[in-house]
Amino acid sequence: MSKIEYTSLEGKSLPYFGLLGGLAFMMLLAIGSVFYMEHEGHHVTGMTNQIVWGMPHVFAIFLIVAASGALNIASIASVFRKKIYEPMARLSALLAIALLTGGLIVLLLDLGRPDRLIIAMTYYNFKSIFAWNIILYTGFFGFVGVYLWTMMDHTVYKFKPYAGFSAFVWRLILTTGTGSIFGFLVARSAYDAALMAPMFIVMSFSFGLAIFLLVLMATYKWNNMELGDVVLNRLRNLLGVFVAGVLYFTTVYHLTNLYATQHHDVERFLLLDGGILTSVFWIGEILIGGLIPLALIYAPGVKNCRTTLGFICAMIIFGGFSKIYTILIAGQAYPLEIFPGYEVSSSFYDGAINSYTPSLPEIMLGLGGIALTLFIVAFALKVLRFLPVSLADSVADPHHVK
Amino acid sequence: MNNSKETAEVTTPVNSSRRDFLSKAAVAGTVTIAPGIFLHRTAGAAVADTDVSEIEASEAADMNTSVSTRPLDQDVSNKNRWGMLIDTTRCATGCTDCVDACNEENGLVGHGRPETDTQYIRKVTLKSKSTGHELSLPLMCQHCETAPCADVCPTGASFVRADGIALVDKHICIGCRYCMMACPYKARSFVHEAVENQKLTAPRGKGTVEACTMCVTRVDNGGIPACVEACTAENHNAMIFGDLRDPNSPLSIELKKHGGKQLRSDLALNTGVRYQGLNE
Repeated sequence: MSKIEYTSLEGKSLPYFGLLGGLAFMMLLAIGSVFYMEHEGHHVTGMTNQIVWGMPHVFAIFLIVAASGALNIASIASVFRKKIYEPMARLSALLAIALLTGGLIVLLLDLGRPDRLIIAMTYYNFKSIFAWNIILYTGFFGFVGVYLWTMMDHTVYKFKPYAGFSAFVWRLILTTGTGSIFGFLVARSAYDAALMAPMFIVMSFSFGLAIFLLVLMATYKWNNMELGDVVLNRLRNLLGVFVAGVLYFTTVYHLTNLYATQHHDVERFLLLDGGILTSVFWIGEILIGGLIPLALIYAPGVKNCRTTLGFICAMIIFGGFSKIYTILIAGQAYPLEIFPGYEVSSSFYDGAINSYTPSLPEIMLGLGGIALTLFIVAFALKVLRFLPVSLADSVADPHHVK
Repeated sequence: MNNSKETAEVTTPVNSSRRDFLSKAAVAGTVTIAPGIFLHRTAGAAVADTDVSEIEASEAADMNTSVSTRPLDQDVSNKNRWGMLIDTTRCATGCTDCVDACNEENGLVGHGRPETDTQYIRKVTLKSKSTGHELSLPLMCQHCETAPCADVCPTGASFVRADGIALVDKHICIGCRYCMMACPYKARSFVHEAVENQKLTAPRGKGTVEACTMCVTRVDNGGIPACVEACTAENHNAMIFGDLRDPNSPLSIELKKHGGKQLRSDLALNTGVRYQGLNE
């Protein structure tokens, strides 16, 4: 491949400022929601002493998981030396940083005491995977930031392979940490599984790539820049592998639980009797987020159809939210098994299936995180040269024959 | 032995107001302990009078002891391991004396939102699926030696004292609720609203997590937890409080004689609270 030319967006058009304005408005709504929730206390949310993590955490964990996955394109270029991905590496790293920022802001602003950020940054319990995650997130910014620097500043270009490799290893550790937040919860029947860590890594591959593809296609379309089928089809095939990977891990997770008698009740709840949560699992996660995209990715008739690819990505993102929602909410909705062999009841909802209805402020906060992510990306594309001038087939693959 | 000596040194002559208090406390069944030993304790629910009061122990025959309490000017040590034994065969279904006492002691009031209202201790009704046997028991923080809440807390706000009492440092709790996710006993509550009229001995705060403290202020002053006190005062005697490290404490003797079950013993957390009568 010849030398890649990069460009920044002009960013003077009305639609561009309209986009920034819309995103800023969403962020304002999120800030308002946060003030409301923090002022009144969390009783105005749908979260309770039973469902302690709710919609903000669904958004936050989705964004954080997707962040490490979005870095994949850069990693494949730098670590696995696949030249076709090289031009997109800058955008990949930028998106990773933006997604992580959006996710962390949501997580932070849902804390009972978000004003104690300094405490979170200065008091560490090193036995806590949560504390390790704080270090991993901070490190991710550092590693990916340096990686971006080596990509964009030719005086330090020679360090790019090392920076890329470090960022790749770090992102694997980071997602292992995120998955372990649940994997290490020994008390809850739906968690407590070592499989959570690798499953989260594959989830990150899938969600991150779906978001990357949407951002890539939208950016090139809205700015009338060339984006060829070679790149898109390569990414589409890769996406198919990742979606299949998520389905595989999900299947193994449930099969393992189904084998153990002690987990039959929780599996019956997750797969059959969980009401809306079971629907979210089968329809949202498996069907819309897995089987349909997988079929469409490999359907020969829509191979070069970008609209279909856009829908595929949107379905994977929807399925991703459904998956995190299922993991998070269904895992808490199922009661703790403190007294095996007994029917249990109490004024504190022991033995009861817990219900959860997300409140509007929670959802606004989550959407604010997405808005922040997109705002960062849109703004950064204007001020720095992240985008290759062209991703036409002849540029992406010189051996391509029309 | 040091303890009894030092306790004696800080004891002052009992004045009339203290006698007043003592008599009320005795009526409420609050005073316990071996003969001849002097204790000092927090003035229970009488919040206005939170000074430590020295009181003379009666020869009450109940089994709840905290005789080896350290002097207040010394650090907590692992010489004690405070614990409880709950005899479910004596715990009556429908009785909430322990719960009421806890709420009073800690200033816990409901807001008509049971899903978000704090509960340090609750009564749980159990019915065996195989035999139909029914029983009732109080469930609260089990004060694990290796507490999952303390393990997962990112800032170290959740911690277990050297004497086995699991607590939350409200100053460094960031309200992430990971401890609530990790607790196998659902023993923790998040403060979902602003707190008013707090008890000086039981600080709380909006946006932080809280749980049973085993009435740490009482225990530090030689008293017993409010729930145990209430259960004993009403003559149910379903709860014994004491020192698990003292082989001669009534708690240890009873455990040695009849045993006691740890909830979720499969997790090997070495809980400070044990149960009897949990037979299917």
